[in-house]
Amino acid sequence: MRLLRIARWRTLPLALMAVMLLVLVAGCTSGTHPQSTLAPKGDYAEMVDGLFMKTVYLATIVFVIVEGALLFAIFKFRGKPTDPAPEQSHGNTLVEIIWTVIPAVVLAIVAVPTVQTIFATAKVPTTSTDGQTPMKVEVIGHQWWWEFRYPELGITTANELHVPVGRTIDLRMKSFDVIHSFWIPQFAGKRDVFPNRETRLWFTAKATGAYPGACAEFCGLQHGRMDFYVMADTPEQFATWTANRMADTMLAATGLPKPAPKPDTAAANGAVPAAAAVVALPDTMDPALATQVAEGMQLFQTKGCIGCHTSSAMSPMKGMVGPNLSGIGSRSHIAAGWLPNTDENLKRWLHDPQAVKKGVGMIIPPLTDVEVNALVAYLRTKR
Amino acid sequence: MPTPHNTEAAATMTTAVIDQHDTPAHEEHHTSLPIDNRKLAIWTFIGSECLFFASLISTFLVYRGQSLKGPGPKDIFSVPLVTFGTAVLLFSSFFVVMALNGAQEGNRKKLITWLSLTVLAGCFFIGMQVYEFSHFYHEGMGYTSNLFSASFYTLTGFHGTHVAIGTLWLATVLKDAIKGRVPKEKALNLELAALYWHFVDVVWIIIFPVVYLMSLGS
Amino acid sequence: MATTVLDPTHAHAAKRSVIVEWLTTVDHKKIGILYGASAFIFFLIGGLEALIIRTQLMKPDNTLVSPEMYNQLFTMHGTTMIFLAVMPLSAMFFNFFVPLLIGARDVAFPRLNAMSFWVFLLGGLFLNASFLMGAAPNGGWFGYAPLSSRQFAGGLNMDFWVIGLQILGIASLAAGVNFFTTIINMRTPGMTLMRMPMFVWMTLITQVLVLLSFPVITVALIMLMADRTFGSSFFSWAGGGDPMLWQHLFWVFGHPEVYILILPAFGIVSEILPVFSRKPLFGYSAMVFSGSFIAFLGFGVWSHHMFSTGMGPLADSFFSLATMLIAIPTGVKIFNWIGTIWGGSLQLKTPMWFALGFIAMFIMGGLSGVMHSVAPADLQQTDSYFVVAHFHYVLFGGSIFALTAGAYYWWPKMFGRMLDEKLGMTHFWLMLIGFNLTFFPMHFAGLLGMPRRIYTYPSGLGFELYNQMATAGAFLLGVAFLVFIVNVIKTWRGPADAPADPWNGATLEWAIPSPPQEFNFPALIPVHEKDALWQMKRDAGVSRLPEPELVSGKGIHMPGPSWWPLVVAVGILIFFIGFMMKDPWAFPFRPVNILGFAITTFGIFKWAYEAPDAHAPQH
Repeated sequence: MRLLRIARWRTLPLALMAVMLLVLVAGCTSGTHPQSTLAPKGDYAEMVDGLFMKTVYLATIVFVIVEGALLFAIFKFRGKPTDPAPEQSHGNTLVEIIWTVIPAVVLAIVAVPTVQTIFATAKVPTTSTDGQTPMKVEVIGHQWWWEFRYPELGITTANELHVPVGRTIDLRMKSFDVIHSFWIPQFAGKRDVFPNRETRLWFTAKATGAYPGACAEFCGLQHGRMDFYVMADTPEQFATWTANRMADTMLAATGLPKPAPKPDTAAANGAVPAAAAVVALPDTMDPALATQVAEGMQLFQTKGCIGCHTSSAMSPMKGMVGPNLSGIGSRSHIAAGWLPNTDENLKRWLHDPQAVKKGVGMIIPPLTDVEVNALVAYLRTKR
Repeated sequence: MPTPHNTEAAATMTTAVIDQHDTPAHEEHHTSLPIDNRKLAIWTFIGSECLFFASLISTFLVYRGQSLKGPGPKDIFSVPLVTFGTAVLLFSSFFVVMALNGAQEGNRKKLITWLSLTVLAGCFFIGMQVYEFSHFYHEGMGYTSNLFSASFYTLTGFHGTHVAIGTLWLATVLKDAIKGRVPKEKALNLELAALYWHFVDVVWIIIFPVVYLMSLGS
Repeated sequence: MATTVLDPTHAHAAKRSVIVEWLTTVDHKKIGILYGASAFIFFLIGGLEALIIRTQLMKPDNTLVSPEMYNQLFTMHGTTMIFLAVMPLSAMFFNFFVPLLIGARDVAFPRLNAMSFWVFLLGGLFLNASFLMGAAPNGGWFGYAPLSSRQFAGGLNMDFWVIGLQILGIASLAAGVNFFTTIINMRTPGMTLMRMPMFVWMTLITQVLVLLSFPVITVALIMLMADRTFGSSFFSWAGGGDPMLWQHLFWVFGHPEVYILILPAFGIVSEILPVFSRKPLFGYSAMVFSGSFIAFLGFGVWSHHMFSTGMGPLADSFFSLATMLIAIPTGVKIFNWIGTIWGGSLQLKTPMWFALGFIAMFIMGGLSGVMHSVAPADLQQTDSYFVVAHFHYVLFGGSIFALTAGAYYWWPKMFGRMLDEKLGMTHFWLMLIGFNLTFFPMHFAGLLGMPRRIYTYPSGLGFELYNQMATAGAFLLGVAFLVFIVNVIKTWRGPADAPADPWNGATLEWAIPSPPQEFNFPALIPVHEKDALWQMKRDAGVSRLPEPELVSGKGIHMPGPSWWPLVVAVGILIFFIGFMMKDPWAFPFRPVNILGFAITTFGIFKWAYEAPDAHAPQH
């Protein structure tokens, strides 16, 4: 009787667990999970996902069999203290050999594709699906933001990695300070970045979109706020974005040589290059805003921003300790991929970056609301 | 419930077990293996220490030639002095064997003579290392000068600490021996220290070629 | 004729105050209880840290705790649970039960045993004292360089960690030597290695792992401390050092450490299942060999913690396959446990439920472990919440379930009182549900891209549901342990009426009174079989032996209490605290270090010249 009672109230927790499992599976298949490893959007991640799902299916089968045997044994063999002693078996060599061999076979089934995938993912493909050679991108992890350099294009950006769909990206990664780990779940697995050696990773985006990524190796105070986005563009969008980067010649105003802008692509995208903005203000925006932008540009230089930041993607690659601000006006997020890039947030940031993201390296003198508004207006022109 | 008969049998058995307690003389020193607990413990500890020195030596080897600046081993090492120190340490292993032999024979004079020599040899080695370190320091190789200096001082410094502990231990046994407290039956007291001493010696036999000879060769 | 004296309290002991008695005890049973009590308190502290972490992660962009505080909390949670909770809780069972299970009167070196405890306790208090200074360790339990170097971690935070772990390492190593010697050399006549109870076997293997892995982390910590305190550059790339060396040394220790945490649990469960199935452990020798094989392989797989560092395809393949190999002996263990209950007559008491819960949960942890061994898949899983789920299934679902099972099983022997069954069952079901509610959703959070060790996460990534479930589960786990505490208090107020052998046990500890007398066994019990007590009962033709009577213990020499282990432990603590002072020019004239060294040396000399039974009660 007592055992029956136990059996009855035991069903409650089991039922609870079953419900929980259903909720989880339901939760996993619905809703938006842009950082999911289960919805690969690139070749590397697809290979990994295929391998992972194999292990999931095998593990599920093993799980059901073994947990089933355990539960069956618990229900079947429960006894009373007054029952006679059961048969005193000490083991069974045949059975033990069988259940040593079976796991070995199962593991061999996993091992073969594992080694294949290890080798398949280890080497950067020499040509990408679009027939071109892979595009080199240098990734540099900083406490707590990401720097991206395109050595073949000669441009630099931060926290938002633009890539053309179909082109294999060949990442060469380093750290500026401590160990970080570069992770865009929908494209590839993690790869740590070190201060003293280069690590490699590659991926090819298969669909356009904005894909969030994150630092996956604990790297100090703001490890939780070291995110970034990969923007997979169509080749045309990517060309435009590249052209906009080249056209953004904020440094021209400070006397550095100005690279040739490509007005056709810039205009097609509705982008206003900074230097051009100063010249062409009356034509493109209302005079009050234009004045504000001009003030902002002035402040950018007088308030010391320029000591750490440049908004020119073409500027010298070394010597800038802060993130490159090229295209900051149109980035989806600020403060390393987590704070939506609204005017509101940008103002909060400029007023007191330490209050928004404590410990961040940015030092800024106290600014009035007017000054902050002007700076925001100026930064918004960097698209 | 046990039957009355069984209870009686069990009670008899329990009593029999307790009865044995009246003759506890043999169980006091019962060990499962024919080895004293303390000796087994020293061996176990030595096994663990092997990993300690293996890690230090590995670090030294991994960082060989990785220093960004000098001074390097070639600038600084004085091999003849260290070779002499090595020889003295090696001989001290022989001395302690003779001392142990004396202890086991109950020959107090032999024990004290050879043990004194062992302690002297240990002191000499420590003195040599202190001289070597201070010499290196005056030559401009501090602990933090480079990777070589840090891994060198850490490895040989920890070995030196082991030599110092061993010497102190042997000196304590020597003190006891002089007071006549290390009779034949307590030769194990010296044997334990001697085991440790041999180990420290063996570690140096690895360190000497790895640190001094190999560094000069390449 | 046995002299039976019902009150064994000797006049001498009555004169000593209770506090002095516990401070100077060398009795392995008292030391076991000291380990258990301190470790349980540290476990509650670590649990409290976990609850704060879970509350912080309950919703996106939460600001309950600052990032500094969060990083301290998760670092201390991991460090506490590993070094101050699970290891010493296992040590409680080593201390109390290994001598009893092998029929010995104490461990090989009772005073060294006391020293291990005091060093552990002082090390644990030292680590936690960092909270009082507002500078708890904040670099993760793995302390990766260069984040743990002076350059990126000024302040005392990581000094506490680097020094605290060295202190704790001394305790573990001393205990390792002691228990290895005890098990090899102190077994009762006739107890060959292959007749030892499985818990003793697993303890022996654990000690071997401790002895071979702790020296490696000690060296790594010494070098990190040198970097921090004296300014060397072992792990700083600015001076040519390589942060990878730290990772290798750390995981050469770190992976065996995982087995140091789980093998004792295997042992406890292997004791409980046969007793409550009323049949012997299935495949005893396979259990011994699989345990040894796991330990052996445990030294060859450390780099599977480093797949994401990009070691190259050959190394990745090697460490993938080696890791998969471990699944085979682990599988053998699980199958043998099921084989043990198969065909048995299961007595479903609380210890048995916890042991069965252990198997069920450990299977999950094992399977996700195999998923990690698949290196390319691990690149997606490592440092995500999937790993957090995995190792909690192993360390909580595994170790903590088994340790709790052990507590319910051995409580009557330790304290002479039976824990309440009803509260025990409530504890079990709350813990099983709470545990799964906390950690099962973390698999999904991880697969959906949530990294570990983040103090918060933005909304819009779909992490909310899983985190809410985990937080609810964590509080349920808290309630489960409150029920346990209630059970303990309730039992404490009840009568000490536990019989010597409440479960029809198979091993020697059940042959003597609950709780055992100071000398454990009036005489050594010769053993002729595995499951020695079952054999004795069979030989006597009874199902229960009569209650053993308390005996006088006259003529039995037990080691006397000693102050010196505590003195040495205090000396060691002071010596290490000296390294928190960073002025390199003070080297080698660092007064605090010298003071600590002097106290330690003084203590060791007094200890060495103190006759082992100097203050022993006179019988």
